[in-house]
Amino acid sequence: MDFFQGMADNFSNLWTIIGDLTVTGLTQGAIYALIALGYTLVYGVLQLINFAHSEVFLVGAFGSVMVWGWLGYSSGAAAVPPLLVVIGMLLLGAVTASIFSGGTALIIERVAYRPLRRKNAPRLIFLITAIGASVAISEIVGLLVDRKVVSTPALVHQKFQVWFDPSDIGLNINSFGITNLQIGIVLCAIGMWLALDLFLNRTKFGLGIRSVAQDEDTAALMGVNKDRVIMLTFLLGGLAAGVAAVLYNLKFPQITFDMGFLLGIKAFTAAVLGGIGNLRGALVGGLVLGLVENWGAGFFGNDWMNVTAFVVLVVVLMFRPTGILGDSLGKARA
Amino acid sequence: MTLTDKLRTAGQKIRTADEKRASFIQGARGRWHDLPKAWRIAAALAGVVVLFALPNLYIPGIPFRTDEVDGGNSFGFVLSTIAIYVLVAIGLNVVIGMAGLLDLGYIGFYAVGAYSVALFGSPQSIVATKFPWLICVPIAIALAMVSGVILGTPTLRLRGDYLAIVTLGFGEIVRLIAVNAEFTNGTSGLGGMPTPPGTWPAGTELEGTKLFSVNDSRPFYWLTLVLIFAVIFGVKQLERSRVGRSWLALREDEDAASLMGVATFQFKLWAFAIGAGIGGLSGAMFASRNGHFGSNSITLLLSIMFVAAVVLGGQGNILGVTVGTVLAFYLPERFRSFADKRDLIFGLALILIMVLRPQGLLPSRRRARELADRRQEAKEATIVG
Amino acid sequence: MAESIADEETVADPSTLLSVDNVTLRFGGVVALDQVEFEVRQGEILALIGPNGAGKTTCFNVMTGLYKPTEGKVRFDGKVLTGRKPHLITRMGIARTFQNIRLFPEMTAMENIQVGADAHHKTSVVGALLHLPRHVREEKDGRRLAAELLEFVGLEGRGGELARNLPYGDQRRLEIARALATRPKLLCLDEPAAGFNPAEKERLQQLIRDIRERGHTVLLIEHDMRLVMGVADRIVVLEFGQKIADGAPAEIREDPRVIAAYLGVPEDAA
Ligand SMILES: Nc1ncnc2c1ncn2[C@@H]1O[C@H](COP(=O)(O)OP(=O)(O)OP(=O)(O)O)[C@@H](O)[C@H]1O
Ligand SMILES: [Mg+2]
Repeated sequence: MDFFQGMADNFSNLWTIIGDLTVTGLTQGAIYALIALGYTLVYGVLQLINFAHSEVFLVGAFGSVMVWGWLGYSSGAAAVPPLLVVIGMLLLGAVTASIFSGGTALIIERVAYRPLRRKNAPRLIFLITAIGASVAISEIVGLLVDRKVVSTPALVHQKFQVWFDPSDIGLNINSFGITNLQIGIVLCAIGMWLALDLFLNRTKFGLGIRSVAQDEDTAALMGVNKDRVIMLTFLLGGLAAGVAAVLYNLKFPQITFDMGFLLGIKAFTAAVLGGIGNLRGALVGGLVLGLVENWGAGFFGNDWMNVTAFVVLVVVLMFRPTGILGDSLGKARA
Repeated sequence: MTLTDKLRTAGQKIRTADEKRASFIQGARGRWHDLPKAWRIAAALAGVVVLFALPNLYIPGIPFRTDEVDGGNSFGFVLSTIAIYVLVAIGLNVVIGMAGLLDLGYIGFYAVGAYSVALFGSPQSIVATKFPWLICVPIAIALAMVSGVILGTPTLRLRGDYLAIVTLGFGEIVRLIAVNAEFTNGTSGLGGMPTPPGTWPAGTELEGTKLFSVNDSRPFYWLTLVLIFAVIFGVKQLERSRVGRSWLALREDEDAASLMGVATFQFKLWAFAIGAGIGGLSGAMFASRNGHFGSNSITLLLSIMFVAAVVLGGQGNILGVTVGTVLAFYLPERFRSFADKRDLIFGLALILIMVLRPQGLLPSRRRARELADRRQEAKEATIVG
Repeated sequence: MAESIADEETVADPSTLLSVDNVTLRFGGVVALDQVEFEVRQGEILALIGPNGAGKTTCFNVMTGLYKPTEGKVRFDGKVLTGRKPHLITRMGIARTFQNIRLFPEMTAMENIQVGADAHHKTSVVGALLHLPRHVREEKDGRRLAAELLEFVGLEGRGGELARNLPYGDQRRLEIARALATRPKLLCLDEPAAGFNPAEKERLQQLIRDIRERGHTVLLIEHDMRLVMGVADRIVVLEFGQKIADGAPAEIREDPRVIAAYLGVPEDAA
């Protein structure tokens, strides 16, 4: 009986703080979603887990913190700068991170994948070089920062706003607030998804990507340059990861050289959860994963957050191997 | 332009050197098989003797021992670690090399094995009765196999990449349980592991004292060597039977295999369970060698290193995976001055070797041919296209 | 359970080995098989013909459990096959070859056939590890059967060669041997003569007859009309997923719909 009592207690605990958990979950999920976009794009085109994509994100995160630092905005800086400067810094950070991340993605493609594509190597080998690239890049970053934790500057003044109090309508839920940053992060993820979706469905480049994803041989016969399409795919994934990196820097006080691994697995989980190869799936999967793991943490305790995430993945794959929205490998949605 | 040209010629040079080396190995293989049988047996025996003598071996002028390096670990300790990892690699090779299943969370089974010994053998564990080592090890193998079946049953129907990520998730779950659960005691772990029975025989320096102890890892190394030979023997039996044929068939063409009557799922599950069992055995050996096991012995990077070592050495070929594992875990011990760049070098080496030799350093003959074929197909495709 | 008993009763005619009952299969919008219905009788050689894309291979895939029909059932030996796993169907007695050869390329010819022979073997991990007598016996039986089949299809002495190193015609014959090793009641051949020259086709024709002599029923997909007319007892014709004719070779040869289908002439003009 103790067990059930404990479960009931856990549940009422979860319920009272569900508002906060939901907000945190969605925010975190939005970052997963942005990283997941990169996995899903590359998987859609090459049917390949770009295991090194986590490091694409990592390099963007460190790159933007570095540039901010050069301009005097490091974690030590006293006050939050004026609004105009903040906007400038954010844009600069986004551009820097995207350049760093996009560049890293291109280098990985060129060094670790293209030679293997020429040899038509089995997919396992791609995964191994990807692991090699992932380890090497995170170690290089580690050497550059002496394996120390790096603090991010507090650029955004986080305004906390309580929108409404659930107890007003008779619910036994603690009141919860949402910050401007949290809203911004979720909107960014949705915006990025929309932009990518438009790009893929409305532009000539997007058409090229979709055609290679659908049937590479036919695409090649129609004169699509496969190498260029693949580079573009990696670049797009890198851009999304760069945006994710800046948002991560704003949300979290610290970054480390080895943070990519877990984040990468989570983001990949999100992509699979939503249905890999499917952009909307990456978004949905990211948000769902963020929610589930935060609710799980509320229920079982913080230590079990990651366990919940992986258990959910296994369960979803057992019952619906193609993910929540279904994978659309080679289908219209890149 | 000039730089890329230089790189290109350098790449070409490496490639020709590599081809020469490959043909040398091929030739050596042929010559070995041409030797009279008695000679081959004698040479193999000599090799085995050297392996057993290794912890006591010194060769003046060739500092291969890790304790000859500044701050190096005891050679017996390093050897026993490597031997345990070779055991891991042989088990993983059943899963990856023979059945073609990508298991990235193999460390999970290793951990199950280690914690089984801890739970049923350590005086600090919550299990009240304490079992001797000879009972703990079969329990460890059995529990690891059971967890392999539990994980495999829902997931082995998934596509290859999904399997990879689900197994990675499993490894992480096991790690997190080890960190957080009470019965594992987190990073502090459990100590006082049981050890195999036996005392040093008469005439030895330590006569009468316990053979297996934390003070001297050499007996663990010898025991692990014996286990390695036993496991290799068993795996070879399987490889030459209906089981091995089924694995190979489903690896080459799963649909065709099942249409020829191969119970693909059942054999995949067997591969998974056997691999898990060997992983559990290795974990059990590791825990009893160390006398202690805590959650920080489980890292996903280690799990991935195992996979990398198997593929690097040449999946499918037991000699190959052994060589891969020995290199991956011996070199960093021997060249300690690079210790802080060890993972970096490892990562770069992975890319370089896999790009130059996707089949690994010493591939099985079948694998080498498979890859050569694929390369040829790619070439023909580009010529046509 | 109840269903399978009922099904057994419905198959009244003991000479029917396999029956395809109103099978429909859709791939999205494409209707690959549309209410197809025919039966294969014990001991006959039945040819399944039709223009490219008619649904012949798809029909094999449904019969062997690779695809699940959208509607309808396949019965074999009185039992419903639909929903069973391919390897179990093989063990019940249906074996096939493939339109695009699908041997295990890195295995020797001998090993390829042994995989087929393994279909009825029981040895698993324990037996192989402990060298139990059954394992030893099955290995011996498998090798003996493989050697015999190699000779039967005319590949004697080539057992040690890798499947992918065999010439094209030998690969086709090896596929037949591998399928025969599963001791099928019904052998399904998907365009076995594709790419053969007239002399090879002649040999194949004889081989198919010999296979029937060994007691196997044969279902043959083939485009070469001479071969079909020379060897088949009955012919079923598919076009656009529908069965358009079913009968003895002489009838099929005269059937206006079949002629139209092959000449591409609109039906009413024929
Ligand atoms: N997996 C699939 N997905 C979608 N459509 C399919 C699939 N398999 C077959 N089809 C379609 O079903 C139809 C029948 O194909 P099938 O291969 O059975 O023809 P066939 O009669 O064997 O032709 P051929 O003589 O060329 O071998 C074709 O239109 C084909 O495009
Ligand atoms: Mg066909």
